[in-house]
Amino acid sequence: MGVLAKAALTDLEDAFAALNDTPSFDWVRPPETGLVMVQGRAGGTGQPFNVGEATVTRCTLRTDSGETGVGYVQGRSKRHAELAALFDALLQSPKLSARLQTDVVERLAGLHERRRAAASRKVKATQVDFFTMVRGEDPKA
Amino acid sequence: MYVAVKGGEKAIANAHKLLDEQRRGDPNIDEVEVDQIREQLSLAVARVMAEGSLYDPDLAALAVKQSQGDLVEAIFLVRAYRTTLARFATSQPIDTARIDIKRRISAAYKDLPGGQLLGPTFDYTHRLLDMALAEGRPAHEVEADAAGVDGEMPRVTDILNYEGLIETDEEDPERDPSRDLTRQPLAFPAARDERLQNLARGDEGFLLALGYSTQRGFGGNHPFAGEIRRGTVTVSIVPEELGFAIEIGEIEVTECQMINQFQGSAEMAPVFTRGYGLTFGHNERKAMAMALVDRALRWRELGELPQYPAQDEEFVLYHSDNVEASGFVQHLKLPHYVDFQSELQLIRQLRAEHAGRFGHNDDAQNDNIQAEAAE
Repeated sequence: MGVLAKAALTDLEDAFAALNDTPSFDWVRPPETGLVMVQGRAGGTGQPFNVGEATVTRCTLRTDSGETGVGYVQGRSKRHAELAALFDALLQSPKLSARLQTDVVERLAGLHERRRAAASRKVKATQVDFFTMVRGEDPKA
Repeated sequence: MYVAVKGGEKAIANAHKLLDEQRRGDPNIDEVEVDQIREQLSLAVARVMAEGSLYDPDLAALAVKQSQGDLVEAIFLVRAYRTTLARFATSQPIDTARIDIKRRISAAYKDLPGGQLLGPTFDYTHRLLDMALAEGRPAHEVEADAAGVDGEMPRVTDILNYEGLIETDEEDPERDPSRDLTRQPLAFPAARDERLQNLARGDEGFLLALGYSTQRGFGGNHPFAGEIRRGTVTVSIVPEELGFAIEIGEIEVTECQMINQFQGSAEMAPVFTRGYGLTFGHNERKAMAMALVDRALRWRELGELPQYPAQDEEFVLYHSDNVEASGFVQHLKLPHYVDFQSELQLIRQLRAEHAGRFGHNDDAQNDNIQAEAAE
């Protein structure tokens, strides 16, 4: 579910378009946007405290084959929540699970990782080594 | 005290239309789009998210556009919007040790595991206006390294902690984790979690000035920027209907660990003390100021005396919120006509009495004539 939530919507749409037959489903809970209070910790490790809220969109659906899918995605995209829930349901189908795990989940995780790695290599280019300058001492000593 | 007035509907409607005209500016110039603001004014967007206390870059960018770049107004818009949404959950505390790093520096250690990563920063720029930018020059591009940054990015405070040189920050199991200033009013003395929530949404300018004051003789903390890190962390929640944790997305945060001079007692050897800053988005100045003020406000638990303005909890926490502050200052524009009439009456009376006692009859007569004319 994390991979589906973090995926770019365009990548999810591509994965959806690549499905052989589009599954039909009923809403258990149609998409709705709300908030999540995000907590941090004092000093990074201590007492939890509220940093602020983030928008989140959630939905629940049931496919015709009976699987229930849940989507919780940060932001306000109802389509993103819908596709996340739909793939969550399809991934529970014994018939499709193995294939979708490779074709969708692993592929989306790979795309995410590729973007992360590309950004990381640029940050790495800004790594600096500071040298402490000698102050006032005799350089020959 | 202000009073209700009637009338002015047409003038108000027209004033709002004129405001919108002003927002658009010269119609011969292209209109700025929300995604342009999100991508190219990202630090304005970050400030609106942090102080608006709502992580949503698209909404914050819209607020910047609608407010014509008045960020306090944009923060107000975002705060108002958040009241229209239901809260689904509280996240698990984000883990800033597991971060996709964009920037990470330490002013305390030269060489630290994971390295010093400048990332995108205004530091070391010459602050010269870039005239070529006015001509629309293309952006510079950095050449990526062959490898990414190290996966391990230990906190500087954890490194100091290996030697026991710094106080630790641990969770208090007794403390009610649901305390939330957006739902329960602030009570004094405030606990650190409440103070940090207040500071995280507090006005950057106010906290910057207070933090600055602690460095300039109105404080005695001797801070070092132990570590500043910025990057993307995962947000997880446990939805009621699922009962297990799921990741819902990623947010960018800035964290500052300020290391301050020692605290010790007969029972405990001296250790460095800590101040902490954490904000949504790219808000380094704010995170640093927040860490300075957090440390100043910790005088009670560290057995210090409150001697400086930044240590005055009520003063700091009651005045940090720019939506409240702006509202109360700007309410002075509301009709205070009745109030002012009573003030007028009072000052005329006082002046008349003054004239009676000390005899400047001419002035008093003039006042009376003018008062009658005004009525």
